[in-house]
Amino acid sequence: MNILVCLSQVPDTTTKIAFSADNKSLNKTGVQYIINPYDELALTKALELNEATGGGTVTVIHVGGADAEPVLRKALAIGADQAVRIEAEPLDSRQVAAELAAYIQGQSYDLVLTGRESIDYNCGLVGGMLSQYLDWPLVNVATSIDPAGQAGVLAVSRDMDGGREKVEVSLPAVITCQKELTEPRIPNMRGIMAARSKPLQVVSPQGIGPDLSLLSHALPPARQACRYFEADQMDALVEALRQQAKVL
Amino acid sequence: MKVLIYAEQQDGQLKKSAFEAVSFAVQTWAPHGVQDFTVVMGGRVSEQDAAGLGNYGATLVLMPEDGSLDAFEPHVHSAVLLDALQKSGADLLVMAHTYAGKSLAPRLAVSWQATLAAAVNHPPEVQQDGSWTVQRTVYSNKGLATYQVSGDRRILSFTPNALKPVLQGAPCPVQPLSTLAGAGASRTHRLEVQKVQGKIPLTEAERVISGGRGLKGPENWHLIEGLADACAAATACSKPVSDMHWRSHDEHVGQTGITIKPDLYIAVGISGAIQHLAGVSSSKTIVAINTDPEAPFFKVADYGVVGDALEVLPRLTEAIRRSAGS
Ligand SMILES: Cc1cc2nc3c(=O)[nH]c(=O)nc-3n(C[C@H](O)[C@H](O)[C@H](O)COP(=O)(O)OP(=O)(O)OC[C@H]3O[C@@H](n4cnc5c(N)ncnc54)[C@H](O)[C@@H]3O)c2cc1C
Ligand SMILES: Nc1ncnc2c1ncn2[C@@H]1O[C@H](COP(=O)(O)O)[C@@H](O)[C@H]1O
Repeated sequence: MNILVCLSQVPDTTTKIAFSADNKSLNKTGVQYIINPYDELALTKALELNEATGGGTVTVIHVGGADAEPVLRKALAIGADQAVRIEAEPLDSRQVAAELAAYIQGQSYDLVLTGRESIDYNCGLVGGMLSQYLDWPLVNVATSIDPAGQAGVLAVSRDMDGGREKVEVSLPAVITCQKELTEPRIPNMRGIMAARSKPLQVVSPQGIGPDLSLLSHALPPARQACRYFEADQMDALVEALRQQAKVL
Repeated sequence: MKVLIYAEQQDGQLKKSAFEAVSFAVQTWAPHGVQDFTVVMGGRVSEQDAAGLGNYGATLVLMPEDGSLDAFEPHVHSAVLLDALQKSGADLLVMAHTYAGKSLAPRLAVSWQATLAAAVNHPPEVQQDGSWTVQRTVYSNKGLATYQVSGDRRILSFTPNALKPVLQGAPCPVQPLSTLAGAGASRTHRLEVQKVQGKIPLTEAERVISGGRGLKGPENWHLIEGLADACAAATACSKPVSDMHWRSHDEHVGQTGITIKPDLYIAVGISGAIQHLAGVSSSKTIVAINTDPEAPFFKVADYGVVGDALEVLPRLTEAIRRSAGS
């Protein structure tokens, strides 16, 4: 299969978040960027699928500035065959999805994988929007993806409210990836060397605008100091949860 | 302005999010003079249950004319919703940011060419010019972002538990909804469904009891379940607990697991690592139980007990049962 994996780069999970003086953007001082954890799973799954079915290419794509190239190189070191970067500075999921869709329409991919959500803006919208732009079926929040035994069909488990279901989907399709799908691969020395000579193509954007306008960021309100109870004061704790917090 | 509300069902029962969606729309826009709140049912429920959404302010419920929406399928549901939006001349669609909402909202944002404000955690403030300001959490609960949302057609999806449904109104009429004969053949085919039986779904739960590595092993989870049972709570766990298969993956909360915002979150034997907090820190009230007085969880907790989980849990469970009985 020819598989396209959409990668976003996000602040490392241990990042302490602070905003710029005008609260319009993240204060990037000292922030380490990583491949969005779900996208890393998507990439590993793409490699595994092609190893199992014997063939095809894995392309990674990112919509964003040149500062994301280390992340794309890492994906090449993990095993992707080629990378594409669409030269835009997207402000919301709509812009990302529209740019991706315009690119994909000129290509011939069998499968597009995205993460369930990016852990910076936590929207989980790009995959859904993309599936509608392309008019391809969507399997959201997949926990397993396997060849279904007939060409052009995959068997996918997906989370739903209160359970899980297994579906067969005909390709081409968009699948968004959830943990449990696989374990992320770590690049080895050979991969890192090979990545240097793999193609990284830069594509011009369509110039599609965002939907939303950001007014400001803020830190969540500080919590009150913790009120402590001894192990033998559980009646008092229950009383506080009932009368003070009103949550019981 | 005309509002359409998408309401979810499962196995023919209205879901909690259905009441929340109606209430969210009515509480936000009735004060601005909107009178028409039409609900599109995502699958069939009893006529009586559907009419009952009127008690929360719905003015009309459209019920699928056949069973083609009963099982959720993004392709089919979004096509039927698009048709209903176009026929009704609505300019706003409200839905919950549940698994179904997360599949439908982005598809409709494209097909209906609407501006989407997703995962909003409060009713929006409606401005004089009709635009809204909405707030959502970003950077895994470590930040908040406020956006301005304008446009002729808008979709709003709100996080579950964002508000409490309020009774206002009386049962409303129910009319049939065209399902477009299943909206064409679907390109996905359902093989099997596994439902979690008899448990409160984590994403809907108002109270959650969560266990970490401090519980020592799966054999001690009856203590978590006992407490959950005593206060009608769902159960959750930290990542290592699900990685070690002490608990199933669907209970894992945090940055790489599920994000929840219940009224009450009780964290037992969980250190409070930043990746764990990312999924739970917007809970209304947090209780931490931990042997280590320096555990980071106490920095975000409202109430704390420094003590051994195996000793504290039975006492807390008993205290709740006592207080419920009195
Ligand atoms: C990319 C990435 C993503 C991650 N995503 C998540 C995520 O989504 N969710 C998540 O939970 N973690 C996540 N983690 C892991 C996270 O960093 C922590 O390692 C994890 O949350 C720790 O789990 P824990 O608190 O159960 O265990 P521990 O850190 O081992 O803490 C156990 C706690 O129990 C206490 N304790 C010990 N004995 C007792 C007792 N008898 N009674 C009471 N308390 C006791 C200890 O004092 C300690 O505080 C992620 C990590 C990374 C790198
Ligand atoms: N700038 C981007 N470039 C490429 N893919 C992206 C980008 N942003 C998000 N994605 C993909 O879309 C998924 C969901 O993102 P989001 O809708 O932002 O939560 C991510 O897991 C990525 O796979």
